[in-house]
Amino acid sequence: MSDAATDHAHPPGFAHQFETIEQQREAGSLGMWVFLMTEILFFGGMFTAYTVYRALHFGSFEAGSHLLLWKFGMTNTAVLIVSSLTMALAIRSAQTGQKKGTTITWLILTMILGAAFIGIKLYFEWYNDWKEGLVPGLHWIASPEHTPGVEQFFCFYFFMTGLHAIHMVIGLGILTVLVIMTARNKFSPEYYAPLEISGLYWHFVDIVWIFLFPLLYLIGGRYQH
Amino acid sequence: MSDSHEHSVGHVVPISVYLAVFVALLAGTALTTGVAFIDLGPLNTPIALLIAFIKMTLVILFFMHVKYQPGLTRLAIICAFFWLGIMMTLTLSDELTRSWEMNPKPWSVLMPHIPHLARFFF
Amino acid sequence: MSELPESLPVQAPHLNYLNSTYGIRSWLLTKDHKRIGLLYLATITIMFIFGGLAAFFMRLHLIEPQGALVEPETYNKLFTIHGVIMVFFFLVPSIPATLGNFCIPLMIGARDVAFPKLNLLSWYVFITGCSLALVAIFSGGIDTGWTFYTPYSSTYSHTAVVWMASGIFIAGFSSILTGLNFVVTIHKMRAPGLTWFRLPLFIWAMYATSIIFILGTPVIAITLFLLGLETLLHVGIFDPALGGDPLLFQHMFWFYSHPAVYIMILPGMGVVSELVTAFSRKKIFGYAFVAFSSMAIAVISFIVWGHHMFVTGQSVYAGLVFSVLSFLVAIPSAVKVFNWTATLYKGSISYEAPMLYALGFIGLFTIGGLTGLFLASLATDVHLNGTYFVVAHFHYVMVGGAVMAYLGGLHYWWPKITGRMYPDVWARIAATIIFLGFNLTFFPQFVLGYMGMPRRYAIYPAEFQVLNVLSSAGASILAVGYAIPLIYLIWSMRYGPIAPQNPWGAKGLEWENASSPPVTENFEVMPVVTEEAYNYQPHNYQGTEGAHGV
Repeated sequence: MSDAATDHAHPPGFAHQFETIEQQREAGSLGMWVFLMTEILFFGGMFTAYTVYRALHFGSFEAGSHLLLWKFGMTNTAVLIVSSLTMALAIRSAQTGQKKGTTITWLILTMILGAAFIGIKLYFEWYNDWKEGLVPGLHWIASPEHTPGVEQFFCFYFFMTGLHAIHMVIGLGILTVLVIMTARNKFSPEYYAPLEISGLYWHFVDIVWIFLFPLLYLIGGRYQH
Repeated sequence: MSDSHEHSVGHVVPISVYLAVFVALLAGTALTTGVAFIDLGPLNTPIALLIAFIKMTLVILFFMHVKYQPGLTRLAIICAFFWLGIMMTLTLSDELTRSWEMNPKPWSVLMPHIPHLARFFF
Repeated sequence: MSELPESLPVQAPHLNYLNSTYGIRSWLLTKDHKRIGLLYLATITIMFIFGGLAAFFMRLHLIEPQGALVEPETYNKLFTIHGVIMVFFFLVPSIPATLGNFCIPLMIGARDVAFPKLNLLSWYVFITGCSLALVAIFSGGIDTGWTFYTPYSSTYSHTAVVWMASGIFIAGFSSILTGLNFVVTIHKMRAPGLTWFRLPLFIWAMYATSIIFILGTPVIAITLFLLGLETLLHVGIFDPALGGDPLLFQHMFWFYSHPAVYIMILPGMGVVSELVTAFSRKKIFGYAFVAFSSMAIAVISFIVWGHHMFVTGQSVYAGLVFSVLSFLVAIPSAVKVFNWTATLYKGSISYEAPMLYALGFIGLFTIGGLTGLFLASLATDVHLNGTYFVVAHFHYVMVGGAVMAYLGGLHYWWPKITGRMYPDVWARIAATIIFLGFNLTFFPQFVLGYMGMPRRYAIYPAEFQVLNVLSSAGASILAVGYAIPLIYLIWSMRYGPIAPQNPWGAKGLEWENASSPPVTENFEVMPVVTEEAYNYQPHNYQGTEGAHGV
């Protein structure tokens, strides 16, 4: 029993611009990696601007960073790491031909963790910042302790975590589609490319947060407090 | 869990590898936070970034399966980061070397930034 | 030797991608790269007309030193709109989305691009961006210059900046999807036997362009995103009064926008490689050099952006670095010009319209490129920056270069795309009018700039009037020149003589293995490649139809 498409008339999910399912799989994977390259440059532009202002206004950035709640930042980092594990296990379960219920379970766990991330961020962090008047442009309460650079830091905090959160929400949408596709028996050890490709996206969003956590929450160390 | 992975078209990573990476990532997170509470002066930031890079590498190699991919994938990732590096380096080469003087001595333009840079890079 | 075969086929066209399905849904929901290329062709032609109208009003206004047509505030909007449309909504997508989409799968022996649905999505994303741009224009326009420098654009200009920035942001995603599709297609879908070094040079050029799409476009996206946030929230990212650095905006903006100009020229260079070989019936001189020079241009294009900022406050040390690197980027471009010239030498040259455009490109691009060196040099740039010299420089490369190449490619592949021939006499007349009109429009601008006339000014000193009038006269001739192909190309789609499969006797899978127009799946028999590119034989220029490994 070959896993190549050559002995199938129409292997599952085969698209006819390709010659073989193998070519299609490679093209799909390369396509997602190329897309992730664009995402690296997209977030990277924001990281560049952040780096410039951190270098020029270090004291203010440090002061702003110390106003963030590191416990929630760390918790959220852990939440996303677990979600990457569950995502990897979801893909593995399809690769190894396990029941679709197993795959769906892992996918839904991933979604719950993703939703938890957003919930923690929205309620414990952003809502808290709103109450304390730390949202630039929308609700910023000027204070003598806050140099202009502190407001600028909070701009970057909200823009970067906000852009990240938008990507998380899109990821939740993608996971929903995957759950539906799995429930409809679309995947098998021969064809699980959408899962693999979506996994790449999900892990990328995790990696962005892996950098955001120390760069936003731990500027200049936390030993002062 | 049945492992009928001889039919899978891609490389199947053992669960033990995933779990080991998972533990390493959590440990790295704890380490990053813990180190932040120790006064290492200018070293705090580079250590945090180093740990982040290691975590990222583990995710890329194992969760994203790049260890088992052809070289083209690796080239694509390296290119993207290299280009990001170009953007950061050349932008900073301007932002950190400005001076109000007419003909500044080359090294004097960087001096005001050294304390900040020292925190960042050393 | 350059005539078309005497007996043109007169039978009705066979079943091909144009007539295999009918109706508006079959076009708006197509996944065929060829139809998508035509959808893009229609869209960018419309955008070109809008951008051209803005230029027309500008040149009309400038025949009088005190301005002949509009208020200065309106003039500011005209040059901004002209720049934004021509750069983002015409030149960047022009060759890639039309000729690239149409020709790449044919030239590499594939049935379609790697992701046909993404391809269609990219067109819808593009027209969404165009629509937002048109909303920005018709709701009052913008007056910031196409470069959107802060803090004017974010804080002081109360024009439709956010609408326009949104339009460009969205159109950028169209570029990214196109570039992504091309990279994967070229890597993964080449015909058997088609190794990298047997690829036509147009494919190398498109590959290099796609790399710029992928690595550069996201940065303009994030830059405009930040600009929008600053404008809407009044926070200090780029506004110095609020703690921001306006030069950071310029760095991020030009990190994309400089490579963007190579997005505009590289595909044109790829087209010229195809035209020069086809119409001198000779293989390219130094294939590997031309192929690698495309990649070198793509790479070096990313490390020169600071030459746009020599006089805006950038540090002198960064300026030195960027100046040296900018000289470097001229080298691969020059390599191409030398190699094209060496290809022409002792070739069997004919002067059909596509070749006229190619030859025009080589001359005008060389002038434009050389004048770039004056601007790359720090000391001379201090004098020339912000003057009409810069305007003339970039119009020579973008119009004398990229647009001529686009027209040349459009005429070259027209029989393949439509199955019809256009009237060659009118085509040659139009090419000549365009060449003459172009030079009359833009050469005086070099002189004006050198003499000190600033760009983006609605009025100018009286002593500059003669040159300005000459330039405006040239612009009206150029407009006529552009109108002529618009007319006969559209005419030819219905009334043009039916084209043979390979009217030029050119080498290449799209000519030798696909009919004119191609069937929906491109090839009746998938080709196998056994020879190098441009393998012209000295006495067999016409080739034989379907020669490759069938």
